[in-house]
Amino acid sequence: MSRLIEEKGKESESGGFIILFFILGLAASLVLGWGVFPKLLYSQKKQPIDFNHVLHVEAVEEGCESCHFFREDGSFSGLPKLAQCVDCHEEIQGEDPNEVKFVEEFVANEREVPWLVYAEQPDCVFFSHAAHVKMGKMECVLCHGHIGESSHSRVYEENRVTGYSRDIWGKNISGLKKNTWDRMKMDDCAECHAKNKIGYDKTSMETLPWPLNWALLPYEKQIGPKARVQAKKDACFVCHK
Amino acid sequence: MKKEVKNEKAKKYGMVIDLDKCTGCGACMVACMSENNVPFKEDESNKLDSIAWMRVYKLTNGKPFPEADICYLPRPCMHCEGHNGHAPCVSVCPATATDYNHETGIVSQIYTRCFGCRYCMVACPYHARYFNWWDPVWPEGMEKYLNPDVSPRMRGVVEKCSFCFHRYQTAMNKAYVEGRRKLEEDEYQTSCAQACPADAITFGDLNDPAHAVHQIAKPDLKHGGRSSNPNAFRLLERLGTNPKVYYLSSREWVRRAGDNYLKKDKTVKKLH
Ligand code: SF4
Ligand code: SF4
Repeated sequence: MSRLIEEKGKESESGGFIILFFILGLAASLVLGWGVFPKLLYSQKKQPIDFNHVLHVEAVEEGCESCHFFREDGSFSGLPKLAQCVDCHEEIQGEDPNEVKFVEEFVANEREVPWLVYAEQPDCVFFSHAAHVKMGKMECVLCHGHIGESSHSRVYEENRVTGYSRDIWGKNISGLKKNTWDRMKMDDCAECHAKNKIGYDKTSMETLPWPLNWALLPYEKQIGPKARVQAKKDACFVCHK
Repeated sequence: MKKEVKNEKAKKYGMVIDLDKCTGCGACMVACMSENNVPFKEDESNKLDSIAWMRVYKLTNGKPFPEADICYLPRPCMHCEGHNGHAPCVSVCPATATDYNHETGIVSQIYTRCFGCRYCMVACPYHARYFNWWDPVWPEGMEKYLNPDVSPRMRGVVEKCSFCFHRYQTAMNKAYVEGRRKLEEDEYQTSCAQACPADAITFGDLNDPAHAVHQIAKPDLKHGGRSSNPNAFRLLERLGTNPKVYYLSSREWVRRAGDNYLKKDKTVKKLH
C-alpha cells in the first residue's frame, strides 16, 4: 500500500514538470511569435528626405491636389516628380537640413528622389485613382489615413520576405484593424466594395451568407445579416492586370 | 450617377480581320509581344515553348500553279461568348482564373489565380493559350522597356490575348477624369490593330452601330452573332463558340478553310 502511494507521488511530480515545461514553451513561443518574429520580419528603412506634410499643405493653394493630381491622360501622380518640386525649390528657401539636402542632392543633380512608397501594390494589381476619387468621390483619408497631417516621414517597414511595405498587411500582426486605412490588402478593397454594392451591375461583389460571415470590425455598422465578402465570378479583371 | 451605370448598355468588344488586306508581315505579332510583355525564347521556332498571343498562320489552297493561292491568317484569342459567356476555356477552369466579362465581352486571364493545370489549353479550339514553362528571361536592361500596365507572368501559368485590356482600363481612367463613362471608338484600340500597316485589323464595340466593326461584321444576335456579311466568317463557327473575331475574305476557299467542311458541305451562310 505504502509503495503504491509513493509511486503515485512520483507520477504527479513528473506530471507537474510536464505542465511546467508546456507553459514555459507556450509562453516562449507566444513571445517569439507575437514579439520577436514581427520585429525580425520587417526591416526599418528611412525615407531619403524627411518630408513635412503639414508645412507643405499650409504653403500650397489647392491642398493635397497641388502635388497629388490627375494627369490629363487619367493617370494619377501618386508621388510627384522632381519637376513639380522644382517649381518652388529651385533654390534653398529655408534652413531645414532636409530641404538643404533635397536641393543639393536631388534638385542640383536633377535626380529623382527614390521615395519609398508605403502603398505600393504588387504588379498584378490595377488600381484606378480616377474611378475612386473622381467617380466614387472618395476621400484620400479613407485608404491613406491622415498622412497629410504628419510633420515627419514615418519609418518604412519592409517585409523581408515579400519586399512589400508593412502598410499592406497592417501594423497589427494579427491582421486586425480599427480604421479603414489600417490595411491595404485585397480583402480590404473587397470589403468596401461589398458594403457599398459596387460593380457595374451592382452584383459583381457578393457577401457570404450568414453564418459564414465573421464578426463585424470595430468601425463597421451592422447593415444586414452579411459582412464578409466573396467576389462573384467575372469581377477579377476589374482590379487585376 | 448610379443610375447612369445601370442603364449603360453592355459592350461587346470584337475584331474584324480582313484577310484580303493582310500581307503576313507579322507587325501585329511584334506589336502584341512588346505591348504585353510576352517573353521570347532563344529558339522561337520551338513551338512547344514559344508564346505568341497573336500568331499569323499561312494557309494554302493546295493547288498547283497557276491556281496556287496563299492567305495569311492572324489569330488572337477569339474571346468566345458561347452561350451567355460560356466560352470553352471559361467553363473548364477550376480556379476561375479565366472568366467572361459581361461588361466588355472580354475573356479575362488572371495570372495570379491560375495554377497551371492547362485544362483551358485543351478546351480552346483555337490554340490561343500558351503555357509558361519557364520564368521569363529578359535580355540585360530590357526590364526597363516592359509595359508597366501589364504584369509579367511567372513560370507555371497560362496566358493569352486580352484584347489589350489594360488599354481599356487606362482609357476608362481618362474618361473618369473627364467625367465620362463612355469611350469613343478611337480611345480604346488594341496594339495589333494600330500596328497593322495594311489596316487589315479593325477593333471596336460590336454592340455599337456607330463602330466600324459593327458595320462590317453586322452580327446577327439571334443566330449566335453570325455575320450577315457574305464575305465574313468566324473560325470553327459551327462549334458554337460564338467568337468575337470575324474574318473577311472574298475568296471562297479561304472562307471554307475557316471550318471543317466536308466536300459536299456548303459554307454556313448558304446552309441557313
Ligand atoms: S479562343 Fe480559346 S482562349 Fe479565347 S475565349 Fe475562345 S476558348 Fe477561350
Ligand atoms: S491553366 Fe490556369 S487558366 Fe487554365 S484552366 Fe488551369 S487554372 Fe484555369
